Formats: sequence, C-alpha cells, structure tokens
Amino acid sequence: MPGAPVIDDLEITPSDRGTRGPSSAEPPYGPGGGGGGRGGDGEGAPRSRPARSQRVYYTGIWLALAAILMFFMALVSAYLVRKGTGNDWRAVALPRVLWLNTAVLLLSSIALEASHRAWVRGQASAFRAWWATATALGLFFLVGQYVAWRQLAAAGVYLASNPSSSFFYLLTAAHGLHLAGGLAALLYVLSRDWIRLQAASGVAAEVASIYWHFMDGLWVFLLLVLTLGR
Amino acid sequence: MAAHEAAVHHHAPPQGFLWKYIFSKDHKVIGIQYWLLALVAVFTGMFLSLLMRIHLYWPNAHIPGMDGDFTPEKYLALMTMHGTIMVFMVLTTAPQAGFGNYFLPLQIGAEDMAFPTLNMMSFWTTFISFVCLIVAFFVEGGAPISGWTAYSPLSTLGSIAGPGEGLGQTMWVISIAFFCAASLMGAINFITTLIDLRARGLTMMRLPLTCWAWFITAILSLLAFGVLLAAGILMLLDRLGGTSFFIPGGLVVSGVQQTGHSGGSPLLWQHLFWFFGHPEVYIAIIPGMGMASHALSTFARKPVFGYRAMVYAMSAIGILGFMVWGHHMFLSGMSPYSGFAFSLMTMAIGVPSAIKTFNWLGTLWGGQIRFTAAMLYAIGFVTLFVSGGLSGLFLAQPSVDLYLHNTYFVPAHFHLVMGVAAIFGMFTGTYFWFPKVTGRKLNETLGKLHFWLTLPGTYAIFMPMHFLGLAGAVRRYADSTAVQFLPALQPVQFFISIAAFITIAAQFLFLFNVIWSLKYGEKAEGNVWEATTLEWTTASPPPFDNFAGHEPSVYRGPYEYGVPGYRDDYLPQHLEPGQLVPEKA
Repeated sequence: MPGAPVIDDLEITPSDRGTRGPSSAEPPYGPGGGGGGRGGDGEGAPRSRPARSQRVYYTGIWLALAAILMFFMALVSAYLVRKGTGNDWRAVALPRVLWLNTAVLLLSSIALEASHRAWVRGQASAFRAWWATATALGLFFLVGQYVAWRQLAAAGVYLASNPSSSFFYLLTAAHGLHLAGGLAALLYVLSRDWIRLQAASGVAAEVASIYWHFMDGLWVFLLLVLTLGR
Repeated sequence: MAAHEAAVHHHAPPQGFLWKYIFSKDHKVIGIQYWLLALVAVFTGMFLSLLMRIHLYWPNAHIPGMDGDFTPEKYLALMTMHGTIMVFMVLTTAPQAGFGNYFLPLQIGAEDMAFPTLNMMSFWTTFISFVCLIVAFFVEGGAPISGWTAYSPLSTLGSIAGPGEGLGQTMWVISIAFFCAASLMGAINFITTLIDLRARGLTMMRLPLTCWAWFITAILSLLAFGVLLAAGILMLLDRLGGTSFFIPGGLVVSGVQQTGHSGGSPLLWQHLFWFFGHPEVYIAIIPGMGMASHALSTFARKPVFGYRAMVYAMSAIGILGFMVWGHHMFLSGMSPYSGFAFSLMTMAIGVPSAIKTFNWLGTLWGGQIRFTAAMLYAIGFVTLFVSGGLSGLFLAQPSVDLYLHNTYFVPAHFHLVMGVAAIFGMFTGTYFWFPKVTGRKLNETLGKLHFWLTLPGTYAIFMPMHFLGLAGAVRRYADSTAVQFLPALQPVQFFISIAAFITIAAQFLFLFNVIWSLKYGEKAEGNVWEATTLEWTTASPPPFDNFAGHEPSVYRGPYEYGVPGYRDDYLPQHLEPGQLVPEKA
C-alpha cells in the first residue's frame, strides 16, 4: 500500500511548524513516551514530529484504514468461500471500461503525488492544479464505474443474478462509496485557500492523500480478486 | 477531516442546554450519555428476562401486555431482544464507551478525546441503533426470533420463517449496522487519544490498567466490528436484494418449497458472525478487568501484583480472542482437525486468564483492605470471572460441547463470565467514580446491601443452570413442561425464577441509590479514595477542560500504594519527587 513514505515527507515539510501555536502543543514525551505507536505514524523517527493536535489525524486515518481493510477482507473472504459453495456461480464478464477506470484512478494518484511535490516546493498554483486534476480524475473513475454497472445491467446481469454478480456489484459499490468519501475530502482541500492549508501544515491535504492512495491500492486489489478469482 | 479542528483542544465551553447536554462534544457528557443509554437498555433487557422467567415456570400465566397466547415465537422474540440489547447496548456501550469516554482522557491528563466531533457522532449513531432495535418490537410481526446470533436461514428468509422475521429482523440488521459504524468511530477515537494525547511522562507502562483495558478493547473493536458490518450488509442484501449469500437452495419451509435462492452458505454467516462474536466477548469483559484491577489495588492499598504480567495477559487474551471463533461452531460439522485447533487455542486462553486471577489474588494478599462497595464489586468480579470462566474449559472441548451446546449449561457459562462479571465491572466503576462525576458519594450502606443481594442472587440464578444443562434441559425452549423428560426439572426452574425476581428487585436499590445520592449523597469533592491516578488531581466534577488549563505531568507508575518511607500510603502520579512528604523520623 502506498502512503508510508508520504508521511515521512510531511514530517520534514513545513519548517515553521514548531513556532506556531502554544509551545505546549509540542509532544512532551519523556524517554519511551512514544512507545505505543500502533498507529504506524513514523514510528521510531528521531526527528521532530507534527504537533500532537495534528498528529492525531495521522493516527486516526491509519486506524480508520485498518478498520476499512478488515471490512473489505471480510467481504473478500466471503467471496472466496461463497465461490466454493454451491454450483450457481456464473463468472461475470467484466466490462472493459473497468480497465480504463483503473488507469484513470492510478493517474489520479500520480497527480496527487505531483501535487504533493508542488506543496513541498511551495508552489501554490501547481499544487492546486495537480490537486484539481486528481479530483477530476477521481470523479471520472466514479462515473466510469457507473457506466460499467449500466453495461452489465444492459447485458441482463443484475445484483441477484448469481453470486458472482452479487459480489461484483457489492464490492464495486462498497469501494465506490468509500472513494466518494475520499472525493469529498479532496474537494474540501480544494475549497481551502493556500494560506489556511499552510497554517495547518497541510494536515488535511496529507490525510486526504493517504486515504486516496489507499483507496487506489484497494481498488487494484479488488480488481485482482474480481479477475483472478473469477 | 477539518483542518480548523487542529485547535479543538482549546475550545470554549458550549452555551445553551442543547449544545451542553444533548449534542455535546465534551467527552464527560458523552460518557454519561452512554452510561444512561446502557442504564435504560439494561433495565429493558432485565424486564424481558423477567417475562421469560415468569413464562418458564408458569407457562400458562397470563402476562399483562402480552396479547393472546404466549406462543413459543413470542418467547424467542423476548430472548432475541434480551440478548441483543444486553450484548450490544449494555455490555459494549457502558464499560468501554461510557466509562472509557469519561475517564480515559482524565486518567491520561488530556483535555478531551482526540476527535470530539467524531465522539458525538459515535454516541448519536449508537442512539439511532438503539432506537432501530426497539422499533423492532412495534413493527408488523414484532421482534425477530433468531437469537442475538441471527443464524441463517432463519434470519434471512423473511416473514415465511416466522413472525418477527419480516420487518423486525430487517430492523435488527439495520440496528446492528449502525452499531458497528458507531463502535468503529469510537475505537478510532480511543486508540488515537491514548497514543497521542498522554500527559508528559505518562509512558505506556505507567498507564492505569483501566487505560490499558480500554486501549486493548478499542483495538479489538476496530478489527472486529468491520467484519460484522460486512456480514450485516450481506444479510441485508439476502433479505432485501434477492441475493443468496447465506441462503441455501432447496429449502422447504412449512411445507412450501422456497425458490429464488440457491447455493448460499449458512455456515458463512456463522464464521463471519463469530469472527466478530468472540472478540466481542472480550470487548465486554476486558474493561471490567481493568476497572476491577484498579479498584482492587486502590482499596487493598497495595500495588497491582505483577503489573506488566497483567498488561501482557490482557494483550494475550485479546490476540487469542481472534483465533478461537470456531469453538462456537463445534456443532456445525467442522473437520475434527479444525475443531482440535480451535479447542487448543481456546484452552490456551486459560493461561493468561489464570495469570490475571493469580495477580488479583496476589494484589489482595496481605493488603490493608478497605471493604467499600466498589471493592466488594471488584472482588465479586473476580469470583464471577473464575466461576464462569472455568466452565469455559468444559465447553472448549468439542466432545463435551456436542452434548452441552444447546443446553442451559451454555447460558449459565456466558451469563456468569461475560454478562454478570462485566456488569460487576460496571458497578465497580460506578461506585468508585460516582464521587468524581457528581461530587457526592453513593450511599455505602445501600451499596453494600445491593452487593450482598446481587452476588448471591446471580449465583442462585446461574449456578443451577449448569445442572439443568447437564440434565439435558434444552435452551431456547419456551415451555419445558411440554417435553417428556423435562418436567422433573421444574423445581429448579422455579428456584431460578424466584432468585431472578429477588435479584432484579435488588437492582432498584441501585437505581434509588444513584438518584438519591445525586442530591443527598455525602459530599466528596477531593481525592475521596486516596487514589493515585490523574483523575483525582482535578475538581469533582471536573471543569470543562478537565485540568483547568493546567497540563499534568506524571512521575511514577499508577499503583504506588503502601510505599515505605512516606507519610501517606499512596504516592499520586502527578507529584514531583520533591513534593512527597517523608515519614516523620
């Protein structure tokens, strides 16, 4: 899954972080104080970490992703078990638009990464342009998924047709809903002006991209399940 | 994720009743809201069990409010709702979300939870879940009858499967889905708060065991509830979307061949459900372990015996809890090899459980014990955990479980170990922290009376159930007089029913105590139990930002009681070494 290097980048990015806000906001840990790092946010990094009031968002997003991963793992387990049960499995012929959608989603992650680099260099307009590109590509993906549904329905394959189609609709819908949440986060960042984003050390942007990259990787995984596990 | 919330820990107190007490983001108010929700739920669930107990001994009694005949389906509906309300709305909300919300930030020296808005959403989602569940009573066909485990195909076929299996079961699934979402939000909040918002000097190994318990419970919730949510969505699609995830083909219900479904696997539901369901047992009990350890140490005036071992044992119980779900399914015809593996893992949980019990006794050994009501309940917790846990070793063996699984032995086991023990953990917490929350103590005499009625009462209810089970009394039977070999056991059912009436009546003593003490309880504004942890360093009740703008620091472990060489027999965590008063020479 992508994301871990992104966090490391963030921790060195905003150089003025320490001077902002009350000094007590810096993590006042004694020796061993950070020992509980199950959230995986830059564990063991000796350099300065984001102030604690911002750090919670990184911990929080990784925990949320762990929960989301468990949710999808349960669905995928059910998929594999159900495939081996009964003789009613009729493999869905995947609409070819899915491959286009996948390429679009991967491109959106790349655009988001380009946006991140622009952020590091402090280029406000490039940051915004790349970010908007990523958002538009994300929207394009969701529309593409809807097109895939319409094509399947036109071919007479519905939710209840057979377990393979049930899982196809379920997995794409569940992923689509999660991605729509990510899209809302991307739009939220897009609606903020540069100064305010800077003031918050880009927490919103960084957290939204961690989530977005994760959803991207999750889609690739689900597509593999849907093709190889057909 | 709102960036402007980065400054949320310096928020101003909200104004107006609605924002202060209803849609509050203050962890203390939310904790009380959860506690009150659980209180309403526990009395509801208890009332349902009262109806069941009346029916079990007097199958022909007319119960006001139960229209017409008390059909077996009505009994099953009561049982289902009793189980669901108790497991989800009581055992999962109060110990973790209730006490944890109120005291985790206070014990780690934080101003609030990491995400106050998420916290508020979590409570209100739980509330919606509770409302959905209660609504199931009042829809067409009434409440579902498939038990709190909702096994398919009974739970998936719709109203053909029985009254309550129509809209009632749908409401049940929706309620559970909301509950999962709420628990996930809560879990994220708890873990983040504990990792990132601990006070200066509060290392992981200086955390009170309560915090460790809430932390481990939150991790279990985080990993388990997503799976139940997935299973719930699959069930909802089977019920409403015409899919066949859990519905097998060729079913004949009431003489009617069911068409439109085929190939589904009822066992798939059981696996998904119990992958959640077993960790859920620990989600209910681990906070109780934390609160009992905390009270035992405080009132024995001794450090917790083997603090690190307690932490490791709780973690081991949590990890093993994810590997034993199959022991709920020995009857499903699983391979004897899987049965053996699940059995072995299950019995392995006995090791950390024994470590914990040994350490609780070690904590009491040689202590200057103060028998407060909270202490009595903590000791009661230990006894119930042991006597309920030991029967788990019987049930962990597939060959024994084959006989006992559908008998009263199983309700006896889980009511003692996860039901009543967890409730005793909540009583411990309530008697212990009531002064912190309200500034007044609960009445100790009433509290002890409540304890001395409740502890023997629960044993009188659940111990005989073991013998009913060994004698072959089948659980979930609405009328045991209708079966040839069971009427001889009716005297035992009578005894249990009477014990249940007395124990239930005793709980109103507790309710009265809480209401009475709010107004007339003995004032207790300071460190009333002479305890060491951070929540006692602030006012009772604590101010809006918990420590009145002051950020506490921690200099030592949480259970420094009876340390020689000092005037007091307790060394608070927040005092610098120079502030401690040495013993007069």
